[in-house]
Amino acid sequence: MTLLASLQRWLFRLGRDKTLPIVLTQRRIFILPTRAGLLFGAALAVMLIGAINYTLSLGHALVFLLVGLGLAGMVHTFRNLAGLSLTPGRVKPVHAGEIAHFSLHLANDRREGRRALSFCFDRGSEATVNVPATGSAHVDIPCATSRRGWLDPGRITLSTSYPLGLFRAWSYPHPPFVCLVYPQPIERPLPPPTAIADPGLTRGDGGQEDFAGLRLRNPGDPPRHIAWKAVARSVDAYPLLVKHFAGGAGEELWLDWSLLADEADDETRLSILTAWVLAAEDAHLSYGLAIPGHYLAPALGAAHCSACLEALALFGHEDRTRP
Amino acid sequence: MKTALVPDRLERATIPWLLACAVATVAPHTEHLPLWLSTVVGVALLLRSWLWLKNRPLPARWLLALVVVATTAGVYGEYRTLFGRDAGVALLTLFMALKPMEMSRRRDAIVVVMLGFFLLLTHYFYSQGIPTGLWLIGAVTLQIATLIRIYGGAQPPVLIARHAAQLLLQAVPFMLVLFLLFPRVSGPLWGLPQDAHGNRSGLPETISPGSISELILNGAIAFRARFSGTPPANTALYWRGPVMDEFDGRTWKPAFLGRQAPPQIEARGESVAYELTLEPHNQRWLLALDAPIDLPPNATLSTRMQVLAREPVRMRSRFFLRASTDYRAGQTEAQTVLATALQLPGKGNPRARMLAAAWRQKHSNPQAIAAEAQQLFRQENFVYTLNPPLLGDESIDQFLFETKSGFCEHYASAFTFLMRAAGIPARIVAGYQGGEFNPIDGYVVVRQSDAHAWAEIWIDGRGWTRVDPTAAIAPSRVEQGIAAALPEGETLPVMARIDLDWLRQLRFRWEAINNSWNQWVLGYNPDRQRELLSRFGLGNIDWRGMTALLSALCGLALLGITAWTLWQRPRTDAAQRIWLRFCAQLAKCGAPRRESWEGPLAYAQRVAGVRPEFGDIAHRAAMLYADSRYGNGGTACMQALKDEMRRLPTRWSFV
Repeated sequence: MTLLASLQRWLFRLGRDKTLPIVLTQRRIFILPTRAGLLFGAALAVMLIGAINYTLSLGHALVFLLVGLGLAGMVHTFRNLAGLSLTPGRVKPVHAGEIAHFSLHLANDRREGRRALSFCFDRGSEATVNVPATGSAHVDIPCATSRRGWLDPGRITLSTSYPLGLFRAWSYPHPPFVCLVYPQPIERPLPPPTAIADPGLTRGDGGQEDFAGLRLRNPGDPPRHIAWKAVARSVDAYPLLVKHFAGGAGEELWLDWSLLADEADDETRLSILTAWVLAAEDAHLSYGLAIPGHYLAPALGAAHCSACLEALALFGHEDRTRP
Repeated sequence: MKTALVPDRLERATIPWLLACAVATVAPHTEHLPLWLSTVVGVALLLRSWLWLKNRPLPARWLLALVVVATTAGVYGEYRTLFGRDAGVALLTLFMALKPMEMSRRRDAIVVVMLGFFLLLTHYFYSQGIPTGLWLIGAVTLQIATLIRIYGGAQPPVLIARHAAQLLLQAVPFMLVLFLLFPRVSGPLWGLPQDAHGNRSGLPETISPGSISELILNGAIAFRARFSGTPPANTALYWRGPVMDEFDGRTWKPAFLGRQAPPQIEARGESVAYELTLEPHNQRWLLALDAPIDLPPNATLSTRMQVLAREPVRMRSRFFLRASTDYRAGQTEAQTVLATALQLPGKGNPRARMLAAAWRQKHSNPQAIAAEAQQLFRQENFVYTLNPPLLGDESIDQFLFETKSGFCEHYASAFTFLMRAAGIPARIVAGYQGGEFNPIDGYVVVRQSDAHAWAEIWIDGRGWTRVDPTAAIAPSRVEQGIAAALPEGETLPVMARIDLDWLRQLRFRWEAINNSWNQWVLGYNPDRQRELLSRFGLGNIDWRGMTALLSALCGLALLGITAWTLWQRPRTDAAQRIWLRFCAQLAKCGAPRRESWEGPLAYAQRVAGVRPEFGDIAHRAAMLYADSRYGNGGTACMQALKDEMRRLPTRWSFV
């Protein structure tokens, strides 16, 4: 780390916030005049010279009143941020290229409202929000995504120049935000389903129609298959049991890496697989995913879909856990 | 809650605010702008409002540029310059009216607000009275509100106005500190443009028939004087302005005398000290009371006994003087001065000359001749009037023998002519006579309508002696003022009227307020500043000390506001407040301190475990608190909780 960077780190208290909620104390708030503020200062200097030159006593009074106004405005701008507390909220996964929205909950325990708070990430546009007096508000901060995997949007630049626009106060809160970015889908026709030779030999729930017993729940099993009655009967013995079905269609859809051997690179393959997962989920087809290092048995439902997409998003990443 | 705001885009709803700013800052200027310019400004602002109302697009840039060029040319045509004070103000007004026509971004709006501040300052070139000061407060509040609206998004206007007023109120301490302590510089920093000081009314530099009576209709205040003791009698209040000693048959003007020593002045009675606050009149004479004994430091005494400032008086200024109304002056006068005081045109006014020659034959001493002239005015049917008939070439003869009616300059002029013709050195003095004592603040107010002209003759052994011929024809002029001396039916400004007593009381009060405004707000100059600081024992503070003091006080004010910001605690629930107090007191009594995460019942249980003697009371209080906060116990429970708190042993019982 260069000297400048470490100076910045120290001065602006950069770094991830460990404790939540994040409360903006005065040490974390910085303030400088804006361009309008500099213009205002220059105008005041000219006006003061004019007032001295023409010996306008009321001119002096006006200039001094405006100086006071600038200073009071500075305190008000600072105050607009001071004491605000921020709690990070949920982040919905998005596909690469889409805008991820990081949700932040703002709490204001002061009797005055806070206005025109602007939030933005280093990459991304601003979101502006007002927080009512002794109340709370919610802001979704947009962040552009480009690559699949875990997205760490970095610090937030929270700034305001309310009320007079002469000063801009800002702070760099850095909540532990993270967003899972799925690969960008590339539309291709779905591969044909394969017939199952012997449904009994397949792992997982080969069909949807005939009840075939109970088994332990695997991640990705649709919640509606959970055998609540059985669970209620023996809560201590087994954590969760799901109903196991057999029969039905007799064929299953395998979204297999090897089907895409002709494609140019891994990213394209992942993109096509992503589109397939979405399409199969859309068409209510039971589908399984097979990619190197990952094998998800055919199933259906939002949880299964998320599991597949997550596997695709994190393909090839050494560290699969949340950063 | 969320509002999508593109940062630099100006919201449509802010336009009326900005237009209101433009109107508030431009409107007072229409009073002195040429009519065509006021019309352009009015039309531009109306048009912009209409465009806003109908949601029409703004005019094209080139069209706007054309209008700017055309009107700027118009301003040049009007003032013959673009850089003078008036032309500058005209241009600023124009830009203020036209800028809203190309207002689409926030940046443009900021320019409008800043221009507004400039325009507010330029009001003070023309007026610095109390109404202008009040207007300033209103206009600044509006501009702050506009900024709040621009940067804060939509809010009810009442809230915006309240916030603006709050900001303004917090700015006031800074203004006071800076106003009082900012090191004041006297005089301009550099040369001012020609029109920096507009035409000021005041005494003329030359006197011809009608030149004083013109002034009489002007009720404006010429100066104010405050005597340290009781003011001298009205008949002794002769305030000296220009002195004229060259006559061309019609007009009196000052002759060129070269460098002559000022006359010796010998005070014969007690002298009076007074403070003179002079309105700007663009002349050097200070209108000192006859005869001046002590002069202000930056003034000199002229050959003709005038007190002259180094520079023409261009702003309201204060002088400290001392005068003796009983005096002898110029007993040993230079020959050139006396010769000039005898000059007469070669020919003209033969009848007056003959009369004077006859008097000279008859009397040997000048006093007798002067008395003869006054006798003439008194016995013949001379009339004192503001509207005398016009006089021809032989003005003195015509006045003395035909029209016999005139104003003070006619009498002074005729008298001086007669004296010179009789061989007595004489000259005309213009100035003010009398004044009105304001019982509210003790100032003597002298108005333009108190303008007067009288004569001075030089008598060997006595020096220059004042003779007021008007006193012979209209003694009440000198004793009671102009209103008493003029015949019924002559027009006078309302200010100079003496009837309507309640109106006069009201006027006294208003003038006293105005005067203190002038003295303390507008006249706050380096001297006043020093005076004020020495009252606080800071008599010999220099600008460095002042700056340090000023910064310290401003810092203190800033600290005050910041503290107000940070110490504003959230309003907690009343029941919660009592509960927290109860817990704190319980902890003081030796029970374990409540943890911030601990619920009331859990805490009571813990207290009962550690200090069983407090168990009951803690449990009761916790139940009451829970009931008042979450149940429907209400205020009765709160009262009961307070009673429980009182039941706790106080600290003293443990000591």
